[in-house]
Amino acid sequence: MIYDVVILGGGPAGLAAAVEAKNGGAENVLILERDRELGGILNQCIHNGFGLHTFNEELTGPEYAERYIQKVKDLNIPYMLDTMVLDMHDNGDLKAIHVINEENGYMIIEAKAVILTMGCRERTSGAIGIPGYRPSGVFTAGTAQRFINMEGFMPGKEVVILGSGDIGLIMARRMTLEGAHVQAVCELMPYSNGLVRNIVQCLDDYDIPLKLSHTITFIHGKDRLEGVTVAKVDEKLKVIPGTEEYIPCDTLLLSVGLIPENEITRNAGVVMDNRTNGAIVGELRQTSMPGVFACGNVVHVHDLVDFVSEEAVLAGKGAAKFIKGELDNEITFTTTNGDGIGYVVPQQVAMKNVEDKVTFYMRVRQVFKDKVVNAYIGDQLIATKKEKKLLPAEMVNFKIAKDILAQYPAGEIRFVVEEAK
Amino acid sequence: MKKEMTCIVCPIGCQMTIEEKADGTYEVTGNTCKRGPKYAINEMTNPTRVIPTTVVIKNAMLPRLPVKTAEPIPKGQIFDAMAVINQVVVEAPIKTGDVVIKDLLGLGIDVVATRTMDKC
Repeated sequence: MIYDVVILGGGPAGLAAAVEAKNGGAENVLILERDRELGGILNQCIHNGFGLHTFNEELTGPEYAERYIQKVKDLNIPYMLDTMVLDMHDNGDLKAIHVINEENGYMIIEAKAVILTMGCRERTSGAIGIPGYRPSGVFTAGTAQRFINMEGFMPGKEVVILGSGDIGLIMARRMTLEGAHVQAVCELMPYSNGLVRNIVQCLDDYDIPLKLSHTITFIHGKDRLEGVTVAKVDEKLKVIPGTEEYIPCDTLLLSVGLIPENEITRNAGVVMDNRTNGAIVGELRQTSMPGVFACGNVVHVHDLVDFVSEEAVLAGKGAAKFIKGELDNEITFTTTNGDGIGYVVPQQVAMKNVEDKVTFYMRVRQVFKDKVVNAYIGDQLIATKKEKKLLPAEMVNFKIAKDILAQYPAGEIRFVVEEAK
Repeated sequence: MKKEMTCIVCPIGCQMTIEEKADGTYEVTGNTCKRGPKYAINEMTNPTRVIPTTVVIKNAMLPRLPVKTAEPIPKGQIFDAMAVINQVVVEAPIKTGDVVIKDLLGLGIDVVATRTMDKC
């Protein structure tokens, strides 16, 4: 059977994209998921705070996932669980997806359009190269989260957390609630990489110290972790000699960044953006390969699942338009990140596909106060977004109306952080 | 008295200022929705939090069921609540919203399941 749209991953992006593709007119939609159930990372994110934008109520991760899983079931969209996608390539009109699972063995599934929703994975201790031993007791924060919230194992009792990403902050609270003692959260940068609300409700509520400009310089213990050496760093992120402090602990959690999981994307030859580590995408999340779309954390790491769902709707819409031959390929604008901005998604805009507005997602490179983000085409200022505070941890969501963009025939849209006028 | 705080109702995290007036009422600024002032006033008078955690579940695909307090509970009672919640053992099947503990600590607030788990 040839599918209209095959979706690689049944997490929040895949679920929302599947629903939108089906609603948009794609008849045969299939979701491929390597885990034993749909929902992806949301199943282990048992904390609340999801869905305020999408459903206007505060849900936990599993509740948010269940809403979308229900929509998928209501639309009779088939899905294969415990199924690993090995490879995907373009065979002209169709995409060939090489897949393996226990039931069917190896198989090739063909599709007119593919939506990449593989999400991201955590950076590990190997990726950041902490010196010292390699005892048990060192986990990524997400691994510890799965152990506690789904498998019912407690990783340890005396905890240090390196990195102040949201999962690290959430896990500081979670481990405290389950009776562990979290001694400190150490962050290399002079600012946190997590949402402010998580610092308030996960650290401040429980008097857990956040040590900014601190890193771990040594891991002690041969079989089981016995302690870590923590030291202060200077503006160049270099350790300041004499500031070392030994903290005894049996558990170290790492919350040191997420990497979009793009092996399949790269192998397929899709053009990538080295700023986001994801594919270069258009306004409907079309990639450089016709018929291949990408959305969610595989494109760029989001901080809110609500924005993942929002982006997945675009990709689902795009895939449905593509199979109906309604997707326009003429790129009107490219986008670029100017001063203060780390990246912008989408990187391209085809105006004929735009309904009423384009939402540009971007991240700032450092903390800014009372500045604005300005969008320029050439020397012309086309739109401004005011923010009281711009934080690298919080994605900027910059909407520009179609009417404004339509005043320009083509060009490059440049986003910069500037003084408020 | 004036106090700066970060709203934690949603992930936007508005920077708010709350000021207690001479007549005992509060004035809140910096919020971008109507939930902000409510949170700020609660934070000054009776801070509360929703507690998301897990309970033991038998006969399900996984050994833990995620649950939450259906309403925020007083901050000072979080660890008392955890002690009660950690005693609970439920049996599959469970549906999202099923009451796992009725009237937690006499607060009139239930603890409810946050996912569906079939029997297996």
